[in-house]
Amino acid sequence: MPDVLLSIADIPWGVMTIVLPLAGAMSSFLWPRRALPLGLATALAIVICVAGLGWQLVQQGAQRYAVGGWGAPLGIDLYADGLSLLMLMMTAVVGLGISIYSCGYFNLERARYFWPLWMFLWAALNALFLSADIFNLYVTLELLGLAAVALVALAGGADALTGAMRYLLVSLLGSLCYLLGVTLLYHSFGSVDIAILAERVESSPTVWAAMGLMITGLLLKTALFPLHFWLPSAHASAPAPVSALLSALVVKASFYILLRLWLELFPFASAALAQLLGLLGAAAVLWGGLQALRQTQLKMLIAYSTVAQLGYLFLAFPLASITGWTGALYVLLSHAAAKTAMFMAAGNILYFGGHDRIVDLDRVVQHLPLTITAFALAGISIMGLPPSGGFIAKWLLLEAAILSGQWWWGIVLILGGLLSAAWVFKVVGYAFTRSEVPHEARAVPAAMEWTALLMAMVAILLGLFVPWLLALMEIGLPFGGVGSAG
Amino acid sequence: MNWGAALPLFVLASSLLPGLVIFFLPEERVAIRSTLNLVGAALKLVLAGVMVWGIFHGSHFETRLPLLPGLDLLLRADPLSMLFVGLSSILWLVTTVYAIGYLEGSPNRSRFFGFFSLCVTATVGVALAGNLITFLLFYELLTLATYPLIVHRGTEVARRAGRTYLIYTVAGGTLLLIGTVWLYTLAGTLEFTPRGFLSTLDGASSTALVIIFVLLIAGLGVKAALIPLHGWLPQAMVAPAPVSALLHAVAVVKAGAFGIVRVIYDVYGIQFSATLGVTLPLAIVAAVTIIYGSMRALFQDDLKRRLAFSTVSQVAYIVLGITIVGPIAAVGGLVHLVHQGVMKITLFFCAGNLAETLGIHKVSEMNGVGRRMPWTMAAFTIAAFGMIGVPPLAGFISKWYLGLGALDAGQGWVIFILAGSSLLNAGYFLPILYAAWFKTPADAWPAERSFGRRETAWALLAPPLVTAFLTLAVGLLASAPFSPLQWARFITTLEYAE
Amino acid sequence: MSPALLYALVGVGLFTLGLYALIVHAHLLRKILAINVMASGVFLVLVALAARTQGTPDPVAHAMVITGIVVAVSATALALALMLRVRAATGRAELAEEPLE
Repeated sequence: MPDVLLSIADIPWGVMTIVLPLAGAMSSFLWPRRALPLGLATALAIVICVAGLGWQLVQQGAQRYAVGGWGAPLGIDLYADGLSLLMLMMTAVVGLGISIYSCGYFNLERARYFWPLWMFLWAALNALFLSADIFNLYVTLELLGLAAVALVALAGGADALTGAMRYLLVSLLGSLCYLLGVTLLYHSFGSVDIAILAERVESSPTVWAAMGLMITGLLLKTALFPLHFWLPSAHASAPAPVSALLSALVVKASFYILLRLWLELFPFASAALAQLLGLLGAAAVLWGGLQALRQTQLKMLIAYSTVAQLGYLFLAFPLASITGWTGALYVLLSHAAAKTAMFMAAGNILYFGGHDRIVDLDRVVQHLPLTITAFALAGISIMGLPPSGGFIAKWLLLEAAILSGQWWWGIVLILGGLLSAAWVFKVVGYAFTRSEVPHEARAVPAAMEWTALLMAMVAILLGLFVPWLLALMEIGLPFGGVGSAG
Repeated sequence: MNWGAALPLFVLASSLLPGLVIFFLPEERVAIRSTLNLVGAALKLVLAGVMVWGIFHGSHFETRLPLLPGLDLLLRADPLSMLFVGLSSILWLVTTVYAIGYLEGSPNRSRFFGFFSLCVTATVGVALAGNLITFLLFYELLTLATYPLIVHRGTEVARRAGRTYLIYTVAGGTLLLIGTVWLYTLAGTLEFTPRGFLSTLDGASSTALVIIFVLLIAGLGVKAALIPLHGWLPQAMVAPAPVSALLHAVAVVKAGAFGIVRVIYDVYGIQFSATLGVTLPLAIVAAVTIIYGSMRALFQDDLKRRLAFSTVSQVAYIVLGITIVGPIAAVGGLVHLVHQGVMKITLFFCAGNLAETLGIHKVSEMNGVGRRMPWTMAAFTIAAFGMIGVPPLAGFISKWYLGLGALDAGQGWVIFILAGSSLLNAGYFLPILYAAWFKTPADAWPAERSFGRRETAWALLAPPLVTAFLTLAVGLLASAPFSPLQWARFITTLEYAE
Repeated sequence: MSPALLYALVGVGLFTLGLYALIVHAHLLRKILAINVMASGVFLVLVALAARTQGTPDPVAHAMVITGIVVAVSATALALALMLRVRAATGRAELAEEPLE
């Protein structure tokens, strides 16, 4: 292999994925007139960095980087393995799509605030996925929450502001619970570094308290039933690209932390707790699906669908096998792409007609064919029909459920799929009809329609490249030692 | 170029790629769209012919792409798949000509032909699937691609029919998925193997296998319109005639029936199925469907609905033939896959002609139409006689083998079913023929369009004539080397030979 | 009972009191204050547990507390600004009735 390619692997790509968006945020704040090109350039640069990181991981295995030369336990370490790489890739692809979409969506006044906030959020996400100690996770989680709240408030109306306020309070509550748990863990084992803690951790009442606190805080932020009450209003009232990044990325970040802690620090967690998480997940799937059917506005419907899809993620906890975790991961990835596409489609429809009432969609299929195709393709992934990432996820989770003898989770999966099918086809059906209420139509910029379609294509294509993604996931064996294969 | 691996993909691409391009064509580009459609259809036919020739000379065509750890996306050309691929290719070409003529001047043709091409791609994918997961993938794709065609006209009744269709097919697809995953966890593989791969399974309880069988058949039975899962089919007749003709008479229902054949032959194996005791119940379901469908058809005045119930009844012949455990009956069932296709498509083409040219939708409006549209009604007559089972037409061959096979396998009761259903067929077809040829017409047709001296447009007339001719040909030339009958015989030997 | 343990218990008590106030009170300013009280409780716990019987207290824990205070200050600033905007938009500094799920 040529030396140039090998030496590319030596560049500290991981650090750059954090520094670049920070720089992008600062510069777009300082030069608001240039915010858009700066933001786009940063987005592209981040994608390249993530690709570079991927190359590095494939060549050299899991990476650990000590920021500033100070290693753990005093300094902050960054750690990249297959799982963090997949999360970073998901963020990069979705982020690029959202960035391009936002070029057409925001007017100049809003754009000057959107770009710095979005770049900060992206920096927080990247830092979160690369963090190797639980306190750094707290800091990045808070940064993420603050940026997200500000983005929700960007829309400006009473709904958005109220939703943002509620979101902020919930976010702070969750972080504080998490921080208290960090405190207890630090006191028990003298370190906050995940690798060191993983060696030292053992079952004790303090650890149980810490675990309970941290899980509760993270569940609050991941909006698992019944702690999901803040999500629909926040995600539905935000501007469309913000809704997309909230549903696709922000809620996944706290789930990622939960997953890491579960796998590394809490392997002794009782089966009862795992079953409880699964039960809550099942409730989320059914509740979210039923609520989605009742909605009259498209963005609210899509937000409730997020509640349901997040429930799928928790079904993997009682299944505790590689197949189950892979299935959950696939839900995570394909939902990110599909939900982004759906919110973008909703944004287009809103832009086009000035409203998103489902019954008044007025032959959108003719006026916005790309948008409705994007919605339909994304719906295919959400429903779990082939060929899509959602289908692969459903297959894997079903397989894991049947193999572990806990076939009732499979029933939940099936019911969730049927509920999704009901509302997807309901919306698609209305897209064919004429509306009673006349309204002015605005032409939707091509960039907005095409990014929606491309994100939906990503959701579909995820279903066709499974072996490669699984190979990436294996780097560093994040699931190694957990349960049995298949 | 490894033709063995590439050819199945090319066969799929020959309709997929034109379809994708057609989606983006502006509405007015009629010539380009028609050319793409016809070239694609012709190409598919040629490639299918190449594959058949190759198989006859011992080549293997197999495309294998990794899908999941342990499971591949597998496209394989074996004799059974070529039977279905051949049928689909020939009939797609004919239907494309028909559709171009039928939809002339109507809106949203690019959308229509785009999804039409996707449907055929899915059908051929179902035919070429080499394992159950690939089958499932294309089976669900077929659902997704046919829905927009049913709701194409956008009317309230079309949307309702579409909703009914979805409820049935999504539920069926779900059952199929559950069965497939469960089977995979038990068997570790899903590849279609002649005589099945389950008989060697020990430790797997027969109860589980029976339940899985029920799940699979139920999932497939929705598309195959077995009682009581047939409810979507009569409602789907609201779609334009080319859709009813190709999809609901040929592609969708045959995909379901084909799937049932695959499950019984290449997943469970016929001997193992008999041992499990699932063949007789399924045969009874098929028999009930045959009689019920024919009885409902008797009472329909709407022509397409009558034909729809006739389809419900006739597709069950295929299932009946397979589930009678005997090689002769199996030949009857398999060959009926082809024969019913050509006969039913002829009938639907004619029904479409009557609707398009004269505005006739009901049987009661058909008095004397034979004199106004003689060629169309001639084709209709041939196909109708074929359905009843008049020798030497296609339907007769199928029923002969079914009857003989039933006696051979000791299932004499089937003869009564066959006789009864033939009588019922006569009961709902002969009055139509009588009315069309011998009654005096009403003063005016409901909505007449004039085509000059011809009875209707060329594009609408030629296809039914071609398929009526095929009905005659497959019957008369049944003993010729490449006839569907010989092909069916060949397939049966693979399953039944010791 | 050592002073460190006393501080820790007080911290936990503050946390609980803050949680109660957050849930019960409707006015946004009270909710924000409640969050601050909870945060102070957590920091108190952290400082208390940083105590060592000999030598200097644990600096890492103190560093974490300082970081936490900075985060809390910024979050409070955002919360207060948002509260003012909510009041301007809806006329009341309270969260609208949550849509009953």
